[in-house]
Amino acid sequence: MEDHFIENLGWVALLLPLLSAVAITLGGPFGARRAAAKISIGAVALSFVASLILFLYLHLTGQPALAETSFPWLIIGKYGELNNLQFNLGLQLDTLSLVMMLVVTGVGLLIHIYSQGYLAGDPGYSRYFACLSLFTFSMLGIVLADNFLMMFIFWELVGISSYLLIGFWYHKPAAADACKKAFITNRIGDFGFLLGILLVWSVLGSVGFASLKLEAAHPNHFGPVATIAGLLIFCGAMGKSAQFPLHVWLPDAMEGPTPVSALIHAATMVAAGVYMLCRVYFLLSFPGSQALEIIGWIGGFTALLAALIAVQQNDIKRILAYSTLSQLGYMVMAVGSHGPTAAMYHLTTHAFFKALLFLGAGAVIHAMHHEQDIWQMGGLRKKLPVTFWTFLTGTLALCGVPFFSGFYSKDSILAQALKNGSYGLFIIGVLVAALTTFYMARLALVVFWGSARSSAAEHPHEAPGVMLWPLRILAVPSVIGGLLFIEATFEHFFAGGHGEAGTITWAEQLLEPLNASPAAALSGIFAIMVGGAFAGALYWKAASDPLPLRLGWFARAMRNRFYFDELYERVLIPATHELWSRIAQAIDRWIIGGLAVRGASGATEFAGRALRLVQSGSLQTYAFLLVAGVAAVIYCLLAR
Amino acid sequence: MLAWTVYISFLGVLALMLLPAGNARAARGVALVTALLGFLIGLVSAFGFAPERGIQTITRTAWIPGLGIDYYLAADGISVTLVLLTGLAAVAGILFSWNIEHRAKEFFVFYLALIAGVYGVFLSFDLFLLFVFYELAIIPKYFLIAIWGSTNREYGAMKLALYSFIGSAMVLVGLVAAYVTAGSKTMDLLVLAQYPFPPALQNWAFPVVFIGFAILAGLWPFHTWAPTGHVAAPTAASMLLAGVVMKLGAYGALRVAMTLFPLGLATWRNEIALLAVIGIVYGALVALVQKDFKFVIGYSSVSHMGFVILGLVTLNTIGMTGAVLQMFSHGVIAGLLFGVVGRMVYDRTHTRDLPELEAMRLNKALPFAAGTFAVAAFASMGLPGFSGFAAELQVLIGAWSAFPTYTVLAGVGIVVGVAYTLRVLQMAFFGEAPEPVPEAAHPLPPITLPERLGAVLLIATTVLIGLCPRLLLSLIGPSFQSPLFEHVLKGGNL
Repeated sequence: MEDHFIENLGWVALLLPLLSAVAITLGGPFGARRAAAKISIGAVALSFVASLILFLYLHLTGQPALAETSFPWLIIGKYGELNNLQFNLGLQLDTLSLVMMLVVTGVGLLIHIYSQGYLAGDPGYSRYFACLSLFTFSMLGIVLADNFLMMFIFWELVGISSYLLIGFWYHKPAAADACKKAFITNRIGDFGFLLGILLVWSVLGSVGFASLKLEAAHPNHFGPVATIAGLLIFCGAMGKSAQFPLHVWLPDAMEGPTPVSALIHAATMVAAGVYMLCRVYFLLSFPGSQALEIIGWIGGFTALLAALIAVQQNDIKRILAYSTLSQLGYMVMAVGSHGPTAAMYHLTTHAFFKALLFLGAGAVIHAMHHEQDIWQMGGLRKKLPVTFWTFLTGTLALCGVPFFSGFYSKDSILAQALKNGSYGLFIIGVLVAALTTFYMARLALVVFWGSARSSAAEHPHEAPGVMLWPLRILAVPSVIGGLLFIEATFEHFFAGGHGEAGTITWAEQLLEPLNASPAAALSGIFAIMVGGAFAGALYWKAASDPLPLRLGWFARAMRNRFYFDELYERVLIPATHELWSRIAQAIDRWIIGGLAVRGASGATEFAGRALRLVQSGSLQTYAFLLVAGVAAVIYCLLAR
Repeated sequence: MLAWTVYISFLGVLALMLLPAGNARAARGVALVTALLGFLIGLVSAFGFAPERGIQTITRTAWIPGLGIDYYLAADGISVTLVLLTGLAAVAGILFSWNIEHRAKEFFVFYLALIAGVYGVFLSFDLFLLFVFYELAIIPKYFLIAIWGSTNREYGAMKLALYSFIGSAMVLVGLVAAYVTAGSKTMDLLVLAQYPFPPALQNWAFPVVFIGFAILAGLWPFHTWAPTGHVAAPTAASMLLAGVVMKLGAYGALRVAMTLFPLGLATWRNEIALLAVIGIVYGALVALVQKDFKFVIGYSSVSHMGFVILGLVTLNTIGMTGAVLQMFSHGVIAGLLFGVVGRMVYDRTHTRDLPELEAMRLNKALPFAAGTFAVAAFASMGLPGFSGFAAELQVLIGAWSAFPTYTVLAGVGIVVGVAYTLRVLQMAFFGEAPEPVPEAAHPLPPITLPERLGAVLLIATTVLIGLCPRLLLSLIGPSFQSPLFEHVLKGGNL
């Protein structure tokens, strides 16, 4: 009885947001549109409660995972025989998925509430909440999937809902382009992901995570393709988590409403790639596979590249977007240096403080009447006190200032890189930490200190309570996230359930980085000091950005995102599909259409002129002649 | 009972002929009732059908005893699936041509005759009978386009007729060769398929018959009838053209060419898979640069039908099942796309020029059309939740074990497919109008009830199959276990 309840609770948590999306879309005549926000918030809140119950149940009973419930979705081939293929839909309820569920529904709930204020009065109000619910459903599907195919299905659904939300203001050309770009870029990564799934399936004969784990225990037949399969699977993460070279869509996706940026492009969707890598970590770390090495370096490169770009952006949301890219690179780097624990740890704390920062930025933009250029702001510290303090909390957490949540998770990654002997990645990590502090301090100093640089900045208005409360609530885990035993929980999980979780005390936890790996912790703190000092020297009460003058071309390159977008738009896309499209079009028109068909049609016309003499043009005549002709041919052949 | 799908359509033709000319309402009513009956018969039969029992004879009587030609109708799960599709497309097509006033009676006469022919092809297991029905389906096509068509209709109609008849001639040559070589004086497909034709014959006859059929399925480079034909055709005709006529070609290729000449198939499958993949990528690329709304959908059909051909020649159950599912899926989705383009948009705006449509911001004027097209576009891109996902996924899985390189190339087609679909969706409906939209002198007439019904019917189908593909797969899958496909499947390596 109890077991059934618990098993079904997972499905309830998954399906409630879908129900909400359907109800809002179809229930227009019954007043569902006006109640859209309430339905949507209610659904995600109930999902959160269900996740919490599941998590506590799992934790209290001490099981590694709850029994899976699945049913067949697709069966091909002979029934019951060897030659068939069966795909199930089933839920994986273990520590990894449940913590992720809590993050998605918890942060999601706050963002849903915040949206109610941010989008008040928008003509697409109900459409927005329907899409948001659809997104929550899709994201929960990725988290809960117990096999690759189901994960892929929800992977695509996340892509659609993200497309719909980025393009929410589709009448803005920039938004229309951005959603197209995001979707296509994701689709490229997804196809690699699909090939990876197919490869794994064809070699190991299964797509279920549990059975794959068993199969992978025999290192005989997966070895030769392990590297390529791992990299193909990583393609999926490259798209969703915006890793180089598919990173270009994420900053453009900031054209969507700010709460969407907070939910999808900071806390959840972009984290899906990292989550997936951790979910199938046993395949990536297969003995003999080189995949993790390459993944680590791509992550490190993305982290560094994005951090450099962030230094010279002026749009408040774009700075945060590049910062997200950089932090995602950090997590991927952690996976690459054999540290899924560190990656998931940072993913969790990052979800809190980055959602906080985005929502804070939304409050600033709201206050500034939709001005996003930080050089038009200034001195907002006094006028927007709640926004300022919460934003500052998020900033300190992101920089990794000691005793904020980011300090612990970032340190965990640096320590992992050292432990794994990836010194290159360690140096990149420290460098990125310094750059992160630099650009975040620049952002905070320019926006909140100094003097107002425009008339809007002189008379801003603080956001309503419905937007401020989510900020206050998110600030709490951003500060204490490092003390919640998240790391121990994941460590326990990735060790395969060996060892005891949560044996250390709060006090030990507080100073754990210095005890575990003092070199990593001290380097991290040093990086923050350097980055902070430079930013303070340059931007304290600065009227304009001094960096372009000092760095010259390098600053220009950073501001222009190292010209990757231009490279893709002016060189790669024209050289690939546009050119080929024109060629194919020309072949179609001039060669196949022109020579072959026109030639044939000329002959037909000639024949037609001749036949017109004997044909009436009626259906009966055609049919009669045809049948007569067929009969004649057969007669000739038989009479031979 | 399935045979009544054919008879009821012919009865509908007769009933229409008895109607007085000029009564468009009555003609529409008769046509709709006929099509609905056909659809219901298909639906009821599908529910009672036991696919694991293989090919089930419906009726068989001697027709031309001297030549061993029988009137032989039978069905397996593949036939039933395609009969269902035909019924669905027929009903939706009539709903989308509710506004036909010009010579309405004749329009529906040709329409139902075409439907009858298509049903006949899917149920014939005597090759001569199959061929007769096949021709019967092609002829009304010409008139539908030439009389009720739009842009360049005579050219489009003639091109289609020309291609079709060349294809038929190729098929006929192969069939006659098989008939004479076997020498058993029978046109029974099941008997001929068991005859070991000499490899030399198979090696030339297979490509001739396969391509003869596949011309109608839009196989590259014999596809150019498709875009011009679609553009010229009236809405209902392009819905049928993409919805079922292209499937006739694919069905013939599978049912006749592949089963008669399995050795020839094994020789040529690699080349055919290559043509299919070229079609997938090429169709998508050309669709990306079209200015005419209908051309985009026309080329997308070429691209999606490439998946059908690719699935067929994988020669494994997964890929071939996927191919048949893709036939169904594309029939529904393409029907929907053409319905929106031809009926909802073109009949109201009188333009299909994408830049012109972009300035109209149709999502404000025709929100229902915009919503329908958005759903159809997502379905067409093969997103989960719609039938195209299950179908294309299976084709890719099947192709992965047969042609890994081609599978990767097909992926390029999928990515380009997303690009052209999103492009056309945004240009046609969600245009960026910087200045206030000029108020149209005559506001566009609202979407009518029959259009809504047709759209809902097709959307519901693609979603239903997308969520629960087993409904059709349980029909299609077991059909490949019949002795008819035994030799075909031996050529595969899964």
